[in-house]
Order: sequence, then structure tokens, then C-alpha cells
Amino acid sequence: MKNRVNKCCDWTLERFPLSKLWNEHMAEYYAPKNFNFWYFFGSLALLMLVNQFITGILLTMNYKPDAKLAFDSVEYIMRDVNWGWLVRYMHSTGASAFFILIYLHMFRGMMYGSYKKPRELIWIFGMLLFVCLMAEAFMGYLLPWGQMSYWGAQVIISLFSAIPVIGDELSLWIRGDYVISDATLNRFFAFHVIAVPLALIILVFLHIVALHEVGSNNPDGIEIKESKDPWGKPVDGIPFHPYYTVKDIVGVAVFLFFFCTVIFYMPEMGGYFLENANFIPADPLMTPEHIEPSWYFTPFYAILRAVPDKFAGVIAMGGSIVVLFLLPWLDRCPVKSIRYRGGIYKKALALFVVSFLVLGYLGTQPATPTFTMIARVFTVIYFAFFLLMPIYTRWEKPKAVPKRVTHEPDAEEKYAALVEAFEEMTTHEPLKTSWGATAFPVSPNKEGIKHVLTRLLEKLKRSFE
Amino acid sequence: MKKIIYTLLLLLPLSTFAASKVNLQSVDVDLEDFVSIQKGAEHYVKYCLGCHSAKYMRYKRIAMDLDIDEAIVLAEIAPEGANIYDPMLTAMNAHDSKKWFGVNPPDLSLIARVRGPKWLYTYLRGFYTDKSKPFGSNNTVYKDVAMPNVLWKLQGEQTAVMEKNHGEDVISFLKVETKGTMSRQQFDQFVTELVNFLVYVGEPVQLERQRLGKYVLFFLLMFGVIAYLLKKEYWKDVH
Repeated sequence: MKNRVNKCCDWTLERFPLSKLWNEHMAEYYAPKNFNFWYFFGSLALLMLVNQFITGILLTMNYKPDAKLAFDSVEYIMRDVNWGWLVRYMHSTGASAFFILIYLHMFRGMMYGSYKKPRELIWIFGMLLFVCLMAEAFMGYLLPWGQMSYWGAQVIISLFSAIPVIGDELSLWIRGDYVISDATLNRFFAFHVIAVPLALIILVFLHIVALHEVGSNNPDGIEIKESKDPWGKPVDGIPFHPYYTVKDIVGVAVFLFFFCTVIFYMPEMGGYFLENANFIPADPLMTPEHIEPSWYFTPFYAILRAVPDKFAGVIAMGGSIVVLFLLPWLDRCPVKSIRYRGGIYKKALALFVVSFLVLGYLGTQPATPTFTMIARVFTVIYFAFFLLMPIYTRWEKPKAVPKRVTHEPDAEEKYAALVEAFEEMTTHEPLKTSWGATAFPVSPNKEGIKHVLTRLLEKLKRSFE
Repeated sequence: MKKIIYTLLLLLPLSTFAASKVNLQSVDVDLEDFVSIQKGAEHYVKYCLGCHSAKYMRYKRIAMDLDIDEAIVLAEIAPEGANIYDPMLTAMNAHDSKKWFGVNPPDLSLIARVRGPKWLYTYLRGFYTDKSKPFGSNNTVYKDVAMPNVLWKLQGEQTAVMEKNHGEDVISFLKVETKGTMSRQQFDQFVTELVNFLVYVGEPVQLERQRLGKYVLFFLLMFGVIAYLLKKEYWKDVH
């Protein structure tokens, strides 16, 4: 029997380069050994993609893409299909989690210069993935056919009508009707379950092939291929499998813990992951008081609203995504990692993160005059980060970059430091209890807290230099 | 530039307070209190089902979830003649209701997920006499609502006492004019039970979801510990 199995395996391997593929991409793919916390999000995003595929397929089995039946079929899944509620929550929470992971993944790239030569193409594929993901999320959001699904889609598609000359025809062509209707729902369903997922898979493939061609970047932003041992292996590299597979499994466990906490205890996430208004069936005759897109679109939505002219707003919103594509060529600093870059880039990046978060918050709020004004300020900051980059990155005075990757304290070493800081911030005054025993209750130590805080602030200040 | 940004950042939290809202009263929703949910279901059929369906809910499901005998559900909760497999549908014709009230009374299966328990509780207690309205009543949380004051017999009649706030007339509090068949406490209890039922109907699987969550999270915790130890073992030789 065993012989038969072996023969079968040999037969296959003679015809398919399985072991070659495995070695090239897993067992002999050398990844830098100094990946930190920020390097979990790529593999976690892949996990989320798989989650969305599996739960999506299960949902399609009971969902009805029909304006009359869609809302009811979702509630049918929630109530009458065995485990339907779990599948649906995994899918809805998965959509939001996907964006959180992708935003963190992109931020990692911006911190450590992962978009720079020779990895420009990886960044481009990644950005295309991001755009596809936004399309996927936008079209998927219409499918439950709730009030917010309907009116959100109505608002976003009407943006196309702001384009001069062809605008009205174009939005009509996208909707397939004069308003969002059954025709729109059907085509969005087709795109959401077939066309865009297909594009996503192809792009993920290209993203990873391009990555494995040039090799991964790392928190020090140096090329590990430049220092090799006599056998031609990078000295600072370790095989992806088993080292990073076992490490990523830890990341998966931690991530799933938070993910499942949301699924089981707060699936609506306070109205951000599942909006309250979306529990009302779509009603074309009743416009909700306040229409807001899903939280992951709000920064771009805030930019749209910040511009007084509708068409200019659409251009600005599109531009806010297009500039991200150009990042590899806007950044003129030769140093990759933020660890060795000049203070100006660190401050600029911090400002960019603040503007992204503030815009994200403003996008969820009604556009009052004050909020619109604030949104304008942060829209300017958002664009300034990118458009002024060719100038300020040229002034930058980077620090010396090491030849080899540096060692970072791991979680356990950091834990010891944390315990030490906690000890410093507390005192254990001996106290006689009423029954005569001596207790050492933990009480805060003002001096200690002050020391720790000053140290922390100084460290923070130094890190921006 | 910096100063402008700082000022704006300082102003940010202030502006969120600018929009004033009706104070919603908190309500003690307890989904493990099956008796309360069962009573709420009885109240719902008695006082709400005349106009409002809860079409995603079947009587059978109430019996299953609340662990009550199907015969009891049929006798005490479901209206006369209903089958245990029936969804909770109103007998009122949509065409008629549109004519009578101007709107179709909405289905309430998901109302708790739209409005939240606090809103429902405040809303159901917030009806007051308003002669200018077609049905003679208005509501503190939902101004000019088309729904008549269905529970007036139980709660009694309330009138609104107004006060001036920034030059505008706002409702200060509701005064009981004539007593209802229930005391204030009894009525609050009644509304709580009703809200409890609506929260349950909004997502009948809630209790099971939370119960299951504990096991899932415990498993992930254990899995995480083992995964971490495995990683440590593999990474021993990486320096």
C-alpha cells in the first residue's frame, strides 16, 4: 500500500513542480529575521480574504439578489438557517476587519519604506488590491438592501453624474435604472460574488509573486541579500517555513481572539460594523436624515464633502487615492526605514496619520460648518503630505543605516521592562490589618509615575528627531 | 499654522456637545429573564399586534427559545386561531392602515436593532395629550408620530409641561392628569417587559451567541498559548 502511495506521489511530482514551488516560496524563501509586530498584517489579510470567500459562498446559498426578497432573505439567514447568524456576522465583521488589517498593512509599508525601489510594483499591485477591495465592499454593502445600503449607494453613484458631459449617462449606465433598483442590485451581486473576487485573487497572486521575486523588506529597511554566507544564503534571513509560519499562527490566534470577541459580543460594533439604519428595509421614497458610508470609506467621504464644488470634490476624492499610487516616486529619500530617516518625514507621517483619523471621524458626522472647516484643514494636510513630499524628503537628513539588521527586544523582554516600570510606579507600604497580619497593598507612587512619564515623553520626543 | 491646528483640535470635542438630544431613560434589559420576555410577548400580542407585525418571528420559535410548552404559547401568547408555525403577522390590512393612519405601521421584528432599548422605553412612556394631533396625542422622543397613544388606559393621561430654553418651547416634564389602571411602577414594569421582548425578537440568537462566545474565546486563548510555545521552540536557534 505504502509503495502504491509513493508511486502516486512520484507520478504527480514528475509532472508538477510542487516541491520546487514549495521550496521557492516557503521552505527556501528567505525572509529577514527581524520582522516585528507590523509584519503580521499581510498574512492576516490573506486569512480574512479566505474567511470572506468561505462565508460568502455559504451566504450566497441562501441569499436572494432580488429587491423584493433580499432583505427578508438576510433575516432568514439570521434566524432560520442553521448557523446562518454566525456566517453572516463572520462576513460582516470580516469586511471591517479586512479594512483595519489593510490600513495597518499599508501604514507598515509607509513606515519602513516598503514601496521603494525595488518594490514599487508590489506597492502598485497592493494599491490595485485596495481599490478592488473598496469596490468589493461598496457593492457588497448594497446587498442586504437596508436603508443605508440603498441610500449610501444612491449618494455614491450620483457622484458620477457630477462628471461633465457624460456624467448623467454614466451613472445611468452604472445603475441600469434611473434610481437604485432591482437591476442595480443584480449587477452589484454579480460583481460582488464573481468579477471582483476574481480580480482580487489574481492581484493577490501578482502581489506575492512580485514580493518573492525581490524579497521582503524589513523594519531596518536594508536588503538582506547584500550580505550572504558562503553558501549564498542571506545571513540575516531565515526560511519562511517553518519560522514565519509558526510565528504567523501566533498572530492568527491573537487576531482571532479580537475578531471573535466582536462576532460574539458586539457584532454591530456600536453601529460601525452594522449600521442601525440598515435594519430598516430599503425605501426609495424615504430619505434617511443622515446618510453616512461605512466607516472604512469615511476619510475619503470627508474629503469629498470638504470641497465646495461637487465635481471638484469627486476629483479630490479620487485624487486622494491616486496620490497613494504615486508614493514610490514622490518619496526622494534614499533611506527606506523610518528608523534612520530624518525627523521631517517622521513628523509628516505622524501628521498624515492624524489627518487620516480626523477625516475618518468627520466622515461619520453631519457636515456642519465647523466640521466642514476642520475637514478642509485636514484635507489640505492629507494632500500636502504627498504633494510636498518630493520637496521635504530632499531636505531630509537621514541617519547612518546599519549593514546588518538590528536586534529588537521581543515580547518577553518588553514584558520585563513593563513590570519594572509598574514596580517603579507603585509602592508596597506595609500595613497592619485589623486582625493583626501585615499586608502590602499596591498603591500608586507619584514620584515614580512622574519619572516613568518623563522617560516616556523624552523617548517619544527623541523618536521624532 | 500650528496654533490654528491646536485651536481646532481643542474645539473639536466642544462642537459634538452642541447638538442637544432628548434624554433617553435607561432600561434594564435582561434576556435571561424568560418570564419577563414571555410577559412581553403577551403584551405585544395584546397591544401591538393589532397594527404591527413581527413577521420574522414565529410562535414556535418563542416556545423553543423561552422553553415554554407549545400549547401554552398558543393559549396565552398567540392570538385566537393562530398556528404554532405562523409568523407574528398583524390582521390589519395594509391598504386600510394606510388610509387610517397615513402610514403603514412598520414591522417591529428589528425595531430594537434600529432604535435601541433606551429609545423604545422612553418612547413608549413618552406619549402625552396634544389636541392639535389627529389622534389627540404626541410623543416626547418621536415628535408628531402617527401612532396613537395605545397604552393610555394603563398609563393614564399625561400632559406636557413646557419651559423656555434659549427662547424655544421645550418639554420640561410630563404630568399625569388622570390615573390609569396601573401604578407608575407597574406601568414601567410593563414597558420594560415589552422592550425586553422586542430586544429578544430583534435577534433571537443573542443568548446563544454570548454563551457560545465563551467557549470560542477560551479555545483561542489555549490555542494561542500553544502556538506561542511552538513558535518559541522553533525560534530558539534564531539569533
